[in-house]
Amino acid sequence: MTEKDLALQNELLEKYPYVSVRPGSADHASFDVPADKVVEFALALRDKEGFSSINDVTGCDWGVDASPRFSAIWHVYSHECHQYVRINVYAADNEKPAVPSLCSVWAGCNWHEREAYDLVGITFTNHPDMRRILMWDEYPYHPLRKDFPLAGIEVPHPDPDTVAQTGVRVLPAPMNGGPFVSCRGNTMRETEPRALDQEWSEGNRKPSAE
Amino acid sequence: MSAANTEVAYNSKIEGGVVVTKLDAAIDWIRSHSVWPMPMGLACCAIEFMSASCSRFDISRFGMEVTRFSPRQADCMIVAGTVTYKMSQAVRRIYDQMAEPKWVIAMGACASSGGMYRSYSTLQGVDRILPVDVYISGCPTRPEALFDGLMALQKMIAKEPGLKLLKRDRPVKPLYFG
Repeated sequence: MTEKDLALQNELLEKYPYVSVRPGSADHASFDVPADKVVEFALALRDKEGFSSINDVTGCDWGVDASPRFSAIWHVYSHECHQYVRINVYAADNEKPAVPSLCSVWAGCNWHEREAYDLVGITFTNHPDMRRILMWDEYPYHPLRKDFPLAGIEVPHPDPDTVAQTGVRVLPAPMNGGPFVSCRGNTMRETEPRALDQEWSEGNRKPSAE
Repeated sequence: MSAANTEVAYNSKIEGGVVVTKLDAAIDWIRSHSVWPMPMGLACCAIEFMSASCSRFDISRFGMEVTRFSPRQADCMIVAGTVTYKMSQAVRRIYDQMAEPKWVIAMGACASSGGMYRSYSTLQGVDRILPVDVYISGCPTRPEALFDGLMALQKMIAKEPGLKLLKRDRPVKPLYFG
């Protein structure tokens, strides 16, 4: 963290005593904010400190055994001092995590928060349109949670018309000894991304799985 | 020898102006050189398709260049890119909107098998929802490989019983991956 960022962090900490510094931030000023104060803090950042731009919103799953398990993180930017501030809010409930939405402060949060809801399963209260954005509406899981397998879980295909014609299902992807990486080689055929262990496949099951 | 017989054996006025062939072969020849492709561009293979259709590689050298962006006017769907489960319903519907006769090319690793996207969201090969005629390797596919695939499709069309398929309803093609 640069001197400038450190000064900003200390200044904000002094002005807003309800926030606490998030330890271990390597780059920008970073704060833990209580869920009931985050809208107030965001409004102050926007209107008094000049942080007019929302850059990113992410949801984070800190692990199946962690408590609190989920947090939402907003990255905001000031075009006046050219610095970032990171706002972290933990969700109190590990089963149905919920944090306040900041759409009323920065309208650009809308789709980012929907993505965090879709993939990590954090509900943003007072969000104007809390729907999934990437997966289809009926999808029952939140795929970026730590306990969700990369290959996926078998569910019905979202479109009944396609299913009627093809019988397709949403199946776990065959990992086939993945991860899939580009190997060293000279020709395109040799460098094509492939699994390192190709002894097993969909048809030829992995011996240890049975 | 009568005059009529001489005319049947040889007439210099029509010699060179008549070609004798089978109707099947004529229909197949016409079809295979007037395939109108529709790019179903979903990822980087679509960029290679754009390159293939421009002057450097020039897709029109092979008689398959009239690219249409409406399924109603196209014969060949080129699935170029990663098909997610959410997109797969749209891909299937667009295929259903194409008029017979129609063919499908799976362009690149993703469309052929899911490619490197072995994950919860990606359809592992478009042959799970469409009857694919030609698979093309590559990540992304080079324009030369695409032309090779297009010419392979032309050879396949040239072997079809074109007249039979004109007269009756085309049988629904089976999925190879059921």
